[in-house]
Amino acid sequence: MAKARATWPLIAIGLAVIGVWYVGAILLNGPQVREQAAEDMGFRDFVVQTWSMERPVLPAPHQIVTELAQSLFTHSVTSPRNLLHHAWVTASAALSGLGIALALGLMLAAGIVHIPVLDRSLMPWLIASQTVPVLAIAPMVVVVLGNLGITGLLPKAAIAGYLAFFPITVGMVKGLRAADPLQIDLLRTYDARPWQVFSLLRFPASLSFLFPNLRVAMTLALVGAIVAELPTGAQAGLGARLLAGSYYGQTIQIWAALLMAAGTSMLGLAAVSLIEALVAQRRGGRL
Amino acid sequence: MKRAPLFWAALGLIAALLARWFIGVDKISATIAAAAIAALALFRAMVGFARSEGWFARLATPAIFGFLLLWLWEMLVIGFAIPFVLLPPPLAIARAFVTHLALLAQDFTQTYLHAVITGYTLGCGAGFLVALAIDRSPFLKRGLLPMGNMISAMPIVGIAPIMVMWFGFDWPSKAAVVVVMTFFPMLVNTTAGLAEAGAMESDLMQTYAASYGTTLLKLRLPAALPHIFTALKLNSTLALIGAVVAEFFGTPILGMGFRISTEAAKMNLDLVWATITVAALAGSLSFGALALLERLITFWHPSFRGSS
Repeated sequence: MAKARATWPLIAIGLAVIGVWYVGAILLNGPQVREQAAEDMGFRDFVVQTWSMERPVLPAPHQIVTELAQSLFTHSVTSPRNLLHHAWVTASAALSGLGIALALGLMLAAGIVHIPVLDRSLMPWLIASQTVPVLAIAPMVVVVLGNLGITGLLPKAAIAGYLAFFPITVGMVKGLRAADPLQIDLLRTYDARPWQVFSLLRFPASLSFLFPNLRVAMTLALVGAIVAELPTGAQAGLGARLLAGSYYGQTIQIWAALLMAAGTSMLGLAAVSLIEALVAQRRGGRL
Repeated sequence: MKRAPLFWAALGLIAALLARWFIGVDKISATIAAAAIAALALFRAMVGFARSEGWFARLATPAIFGFLLLWLWEMLVIGFAIPFVLLPPPLAIARAFVTHLALLAQDFTQTYLHAVITGYTLGCGAGFLVALAIDRSPFLKRGLLPMGNMISAMPIVGIAPIMVMWFGFDWPSKAAVVVVMTFFPMLVNTTAGLAEAGAMESDLMQTYAASYGTTLLKLRLPAALPHIFTALKLNSTLALIGAVVAEFFGTPILGMGFRISTEAAKMNLDLVWATITVAALAGSLSFGALALLERLITFWHPSFRGSS
């Protein structure tokens, strides 16, 4: 019910944002149009001009959508002019990174929960690792690995994974500890082995913590993959499009790539929600 | 028994330093012996501290772990002759840190003191004020909150090239990226926090005939503080990331992001790592300071009661 009630306000705010955007495009592009155009120009012409410049300061929404549609539908999917191709390059790196992060996060969390020394010694450093701007290390990792002859997917996936493992680890540590103490005691009376407690009790209990953190990790992995494409002048990928657009002043191209990134992120989040729903269904409707 | 971990820690420290010295003068067997003693002693000290209570043991366990990591890094890099361009040893990084201190300080001023602090203050302030402004309108709240959540889930650093185009190469463009990155987490968290005040307390305020402003100041803002601090801590990390990444898109010849990307291309890896150390210190210290402030101000919150 809450979702249905949010629809109208959301539409209203969305329309307001688009309206402000058009007005902003007039204000920001105005000076440039006035500079280039003839002396006497009607207000109508002036407004239309600000909304249809080739390299506007702020492109109007319809320009971005047109650019996006043109890129998506007029070129074949494998062509480097199609944004889907770039989105896939970035998304595949982000997904591989997410896989690495999941494996690493699960291992670390299981270790922290089961070995007290690790809990005391490792946990503070994990938290500290989050306060470090890990993205700052990204270009160096890419450059150094590139010099060793490792290019392409792997460096990007490594950075995406490094960003994404933290929320997964923290969420899983919390989740693996969220098992009901009474049930743990019960399993102890059954003389269950530690791995049985893990697979029967701790892991299922952690799933409800895993999925919200998986969403955060998904976004972070995408950000990591995009940023990893910046330093080496990668040929393909959304980050490469952003960089190329900023070099040549192609603002519409930048915004289209941004919109594509947002769409990719939404798609990833939707996929996580879908998996969550499927898992919940298998387990009787709730996590 | 209580002093045992301390003894092991001291022994391990001395053996570790000896091992580092031996490996420097190419005495292989002595290195291996000292390293074995150091590893064993440090590990025993860590286990010992992990089992005992008190603030010193709580600090000592991760400290020894960190030292162990750095020492292993140093020994392995030197022992296996890993090329400098791949991974410089920590001591070389420390040396670069000291030699280039003036340069690093300039970068720090440009990126942190100018871009991050300005952007962080403006972004968090704006997010807080907008949350207060839309507080009285359920319609705006229902529309803006899902949008805020949606935008928080997007790779916002992507707006960096646009901001560089709008505000120029110098630090204002980086501050603008930071403003956008910090605004939405603050907005969403403050709004969630303002809804936190209990119904009982709100009813009580009503029986006092308290005005909207009084209720806000005496009840709802204090109740919102834990959420606000969550946003402040999250944003302190986001702000640094935003400023550094924005510098990859163009900057005057200054700044931590600029230093990292140019020196990495020139293979001056020790300077790159020194800059990363500065960033890590700045990030950890600001996060720690905020966490401390949170403890002092929201000492009444259940997550702090009972601890300390």
